[in-house]
Amino acid sequence: MLWAVATLTFFAIRLIPGDPAEAVLGGPGSQASEETLEQVRRDYGLDQPLVAQYLQSLGRLATGDLGSSYALKVPVGELLAAQLGGTILLAVVALALAWLIAIGLSLWSTTGGRVAASVGQGIELTSAALPHFWLATVLIAVFSTQLGWFPPVSTGDLRGLILPVVTLALPLSGFLAQVMRGTLLDTLDSPFILSARARGEGEIGIRLRHALRHAAIPGISLSGWALGYLISGAVVVETIFARPGLGRTLLQAVTLRDVPVVTGVVIVVAVVYILMTVVTDAASRLADPRLRLEETR
Amino acid sequence: MSELEVRTVTATAARRRRRIGIGELLALLFVLFLLAATLVPGLVSTADPNAIDARAAFSTPSTSHWFGTDESGRDVYSRVVAGTGTSLLIGVSATAIGLSLGLVLGVIAGFGGRVLDFTVNRVVEVLFAFPGLLLALLVIVIAGPGPVTATIAVGLSTAPGYARIIRGQLVGIRSSAWVESARVLGHSPTRILRRHILPNALAPLFVLATLGVGQAVVWAAALSYLGLGAQPPAAEWGAMLSAGRTYIGSAWWLTVFPGLMIVLTTIASTVLGRSLATRSREA
Repeated sequence: MLWAVATLTFFAIRLIPGDPAEAVLGGPGSQASEETLEQVRRDYGLDQPLVAQYLQSLGRLATGDLGSSYALKVPVGELLAAQLGGTILLAVVALALAWLIAIGLSLWSTTGGRVAASVGQGIELTSAALPHFWLATVLIAVFSTQLGWFPPVSTGDLRGLILPVVTLALPLSGFLAQVMRGTLLDTLDSPFILSARARGEGEIGIRLRHALRHAAIPGISLSGWALGYLISGAVVVETIFARPGLGRTLLQAVTLRDVPVVTGVVIVVAVVYILMTVVTDAASRLADPRLRLEETR
Repeated sequence: MSELEVRTVTATAARRRRRIGIGELLALLFVLFLLAATLVPGLVSTADPNAIDARAAFSTPSTSHWFGTDESGRDVYSRVVAGTGTSLLIGVSATAIGLSLGLVLGVIAGFGGRVLDFTVNRVVEVLFAFPGLLLALLVIVIAGPGPVTATIAVGLSTAPGYARIIRGQLVGIRSSAWVESARVLGHSPTRILRRHILPNALAPLFVLATLGVGQAVVWAAALSYLGLGAQPPAAEWGAMLSAGRTYIGSAWWLTVFPGLMIVLTTIASTVLGRSLATRSREA
């Protein structure tokens, strides 16, 4: 899987028109002499045949070496390791907040009668439609410029984390709540809920103890997708809030056509995605005893 | 007895089909407005979107300038209307690209036999490891920024999702009872494909397209916002938002209204897509 991602990225990058050696020296505007170009080609192994370059980059990847940045002249591994923490923190906190909002919203919209149901549906629909870049701008305008509660650019402390996290979490919670409400409604019609009601359990208790677990299952399998969605959202959010992180590094690398960094970010994200798939599989097994039963059979 | 039952069922189905909810009505009206703004912008706009009036710069929203004016005194409402065509064109073309690519991949996987199905599934799985905008950003690294590459980039990055859904649909239809019986009756494979499979696969495609346009508009606007799609002098929603960001403290209307259009477009496309989905299921 990882090999496929690396291969695809490697050959896709070769489609870029222009000389990579020129990109190292700051683009076609740099007016580099032929000797310098030769030197750079030799340094980065660009004078060798494509197959050799490909095998070399795979070999390096196997040892965890991602090459070195064209623009910043530092090893990509170090660069990304320094940025990864901030983005993971942002994404994980946002994912947790999105879950909280989604659970609260879907519980409320399925208990509160018809008005709550349609209002809840409206909230889900609207928040799922909010683009990150617009939500971030509006939040800054209201909470930083008008009210002055939170800093408009990230300061590295907790207060600076709040607006970026809310920006990422709100649209995601809309998606999660839509999925959860649907399953929650189906589950509440099922016979085992009827028997719980017959035993005299309260409506809140039924939801918390029995139905929520079912409703969480599709949400959990969505979480792998959600983390990817959050990381791609981090490109926008980190840029707006001037937060150091993977997303902002990626955007800068895209603008500068810094190929090793782009490749590195893509590979790191693929690793995160694969890990997350493993984690969500395990989590669904925890939440859904039927999956565990199937395996023992 | 059985006749009576049939009659009641069709009667309720017909009644349900005729009833249009308030949400659907609003969404339809908004889409009509968008279409009008695209086809005949002069009809819905109140001023020339490019007319500069330095004395009227940064006017707050009022009856003469519904959405206020920007730093050069241009009417924001008319610019939003002028940007509708560009934004919708990008969104619709990106969806068309993604959907046709997804259709090709989905059909290959659904009908091409086991080996092709396996291959396409693996490719789609690998592409899923480039979530959201990531694939689009990769395309932009290769092809360079600009509105056309942004459109293609968004289209390409939505294709894997479509491919997976379409393959699922086709496999479901292929193994359905009516295709089975057509096969037993000795109909030729092309006839089965044309008469039974394609008509049943097309309705969900229409739903996917309706849902997808809203998402594509958002992604394309995001790329423009990041400076990788349409560039600021253009009256495109994402680019307008990006240009207005500088004045967010003093002139909120420069960013709020173009963003609101994006949000409303997405909501309208979701509402209509869902109502199409339920209708096609009932019909």
